[in-house]
Amino acid sequence: MKNNFMEVIYFICGFVCFYIVYKTATDKNHKSKVGTIIFWLMLGIIMAFGKYIPPKAVGVLILIMSGAAMSKQVKPGNSPLAPAEYRKKMSDKLGYKIFIPAFTIGVTAIVFAIFLPKLGALVGLGIGTILAAVILMTMTKDSPKSVMNEGQRLLDAVGPLSTLPQLLASLGAIFTAAGVGEVIAGGVQKIVPEGNVFVGIVIYAVGMVLFTMIMGNAFAAFSVITVGIGVPFVLKYGLDPNVVGMLALTCGYCGTLMTPMAANFNIVPVAILEMKDKYGVIKKQVPIAIIMLVVQIFLMYFMAR
Amino acid sequence: MIKLIGVLIIVVGFALKLDAIGIVIIAGVVTGLVSGISFPQILDILGKTFVANRYMSIFLMLLPVIGILEKNGLKETAGKFIAKIKNATPGKVIMSYGVARTFLAAFDISFGGVAGFVRPVVYPMAVGSIESRGKKISEEDAETIKAMSAGMENVAWFFGQVLFLGGAGLLLVQGTLKGAGYDLDPIKAVKAEIPVAIIAILVASIYYGIIDKKIMKKYPDKKAKSEVK
Repeated sequence: MKNNFMEVIYFICGFVCFYIVYKTATDKNHKSKVGTIIFWLMLGIIMAFGKYIPPKAVGVLILIMSGAAMSKQVKPGNSPLAPAEYRKKMSDKLGYKIFIPAFTIGVTAIVFAIFLPKLGALVGLGIGTILAAVILMTMTKDSPKSVMNEGQRLLDAVGPLSTLPQLLASLGAIFTAAGVGEVIAGGVQKIVPEGNVFVGIVIYAVGMVLFTMIMGNAFAAFSVITVGIGVPFVLKYGLDPNVVGMLALTCGYCGTLMTPMAANFNIVPVAILEMKDKYGVIKKQVPIAIIMLVVQIFLMYFMAR
Repeated sequence: MIKLIGVLIIVVGFALKLDAIGIVIIAGVVTGLVSGISFPQILDILGKTFVANRYMSIFLMLLPVIGILEKNGLKETAGKFIAKIKNATPGKVIMSYGVARTFLAAFDISFGGVAGFVRPVVYPMAVGSIESRGKKISEEDAETIKAMSAGMENVAWFFGQVLFLGGAGLLLVQGTLKGAGYDLDPIKAVKAEIPVAIIAILVASIYYGIIDKKIMKKYPDKKAKSEVK
């Protein structure tokens, strides 16, 4: 049931990509038609039909799509934001009613998470988005076409970066299959002396941070670093696994806050918020992450013994 | 050791600010090949994982709606709303969001992240708190406010969701430790995270509060003396 709903949602995501393809193809003044069309077409096919295509073929499509992105041939089209006067006029006309569709998306996700856990927040997010679109179109008399045009405006700004989180997840899977984690854990074991619990905790926590920063994913780092460092250097000495295990994971989250590899948290928001500095979000997170790492090392030491 | 070449490619690639997608693809293919994984197998892993993680791209369908909200004056309206709250500042808006976000994250409830909530609601309100004072916000400060909004979103979500019994993080820790011969008590594990989550939100609020003070010095409240309502 949930999977069927998700496939419909992914199809809509794919459809949005196809619309960008159509707009790009019919845009006479587009600066880089071919690359842009290839990128969004491939992404659309994978999003809409990925489940029904053999994984190896999807892999080929991903390489083609990434090739277009790498050669810098994916460029935004020419759809400007509505002028300030128009936005002000609509704001005066609609008033606080505009918050109804704005909140509909999040609230529907919450309702689904609580009352329909079998479908979950993601399905709720999808249905909430459709609801919000319907409410908006009745309120503003905007056509479905202008909704799609607005989508193109924003997605053009995000561009190929939108695929980075999924590519990084794939990279993590290749690393795991290749056994990269074992090599790193083995190296640490050769260098670090065993026996001092505090040193063990520091190595475990910092190891989680560094490996998360490289992999971009605390979950992937956790399984590797816990087996390679956490167990032989900390847990073996009888510390509370409830405290050590959980805090090691959140030490990893400190790494997530500091790495461009965690693209969906740190890089995609830069694009969605249309910021200039690619590392702007990370820069405002690093001090928090470092303080939290130190705090957690001491919490682990005092709470787990 | 040769397996670590992918890690090297990533570190060097990002340091030289090369194209992020290129770095990732090359690092993956090279790591796979030197580790004895055949090229078709690499394509297979690539395709499988990419399709399994399509949920990460759900914002593809969200953004058209965000766009039409903006076209119809969402930011302008958010500004008017904030104007009615006394002494609102970007920092206060972001902090309130952080507290609410952490609390709901503990029940595994998500607002929809940066695309679903920060861009349509939090950021416009934060900017509105300055613009409602009749001031135009500088580009530099807008950038800082965007970064803080996204930062608070991440901090609150990361440290809040580990308070949820049965959350993905907890299940992973439980499963991994079980494999290593340690049994986890979910209640005790969540309890250990409570002080961590509280300190995380405090640290973020204090840090962003300091930045907020600096920003607000540039935008003194004109209406402070002649408060109407």
